[in-house]
Amino acid sequence: MKLIFLLTALVTVGSAIATVSARKILHAALWLVLTLLGVAVLFALLEASFFAVVQVLVYIGAISILIIFAVMLSRSSLVDEGSQTHRRWWAVAIVLLAVVIAWVAALSLWPNWSTVSAALPAGAGDLATLGKQLVDPNGYLLPFELSSILLVAALVGAIYTAVEKKAGQA
Amino acid sequence: MIPLSWYLILAAVVMFIGLYGVLTRKNLIGALMGIELMLNSVNINLVAFWRYLHAGKPEMDGLVFVAMVFVVAAAETAVGLALIISAYRRRKSVDANDMDLLKG
Repeated sequence: MKLIFLLTALVTVGSAIATVSARKILHAALWLVLTLLGVAVLFALLEASFFAVVQVLVYIGAISILIIFAVMLSRSSLVDEGSQTHRRWWAVAIVLLAVVIAWVAALSLWPNWSTVSAALPAGAGDLATLGKQLVDPNGYLLPFELSSILLVAALVGAIYTAVEKKAGQA
Repeated sequence: MIPLSWYLILAAVVMFIGLYGVLTRKNLIGALMGIELMLNSVNINLVAFWRYLHAGKPEMDGLVFVAMVFVVAAAETAVGLALIISAYRRRKSVDANDMDLLKG
């Protein structure tokens, strides 16, 4: 278990670093796919198998493909030469490194810090229960419906924004 | 077995790598990838908290939150990429430094 976690963590962090530092944006997109796959493996390790599958379907299948399309549509600009990052990237890196160390140090004082997981009780993480809670008026019905409205509104807005306006139209 | 802290440390590291990408990338699509990394690190945390502290209880708040984060991430990517493509069409650029129409 620990070995699998460490390997996955190594791949995830390594490809995340490659995502933010790759010179070619298409390479960065492909590294992002590897990172998302690592996160899916972590979900599987945490016994949230449904979300491991959703991670692969939604993130790798939809979102990263969308990103790769956008990269290809805007390929001619910002050619992969010259600096790809802000000129004071090292200052950002130092500050964020300090913040992450302080963050972990502060969090390590938390009593649940080194909790070890108990065996998953039978029925926990059951998909049918999750589905029922999502449509239960005393559960998450309102946020669930609101999120579906948000998704529809965002997609309609995205299509409206991205579609090419012909001359003569507003 | 794996202590909770390992997941928290990993999520914190991925979160700040993503923030680094958002802050330093010149390419707007690269910045969007950083946001994806940050959202994913939040998801790692939520699933880990559910598994370690909440798995015995009948409510599945953690998993419901993860589902909401998925929805928000999909919406955010769609709108963000549409805006980037629209801006690219007008300015022929995806460089964050060229997006200065609102500059006084």
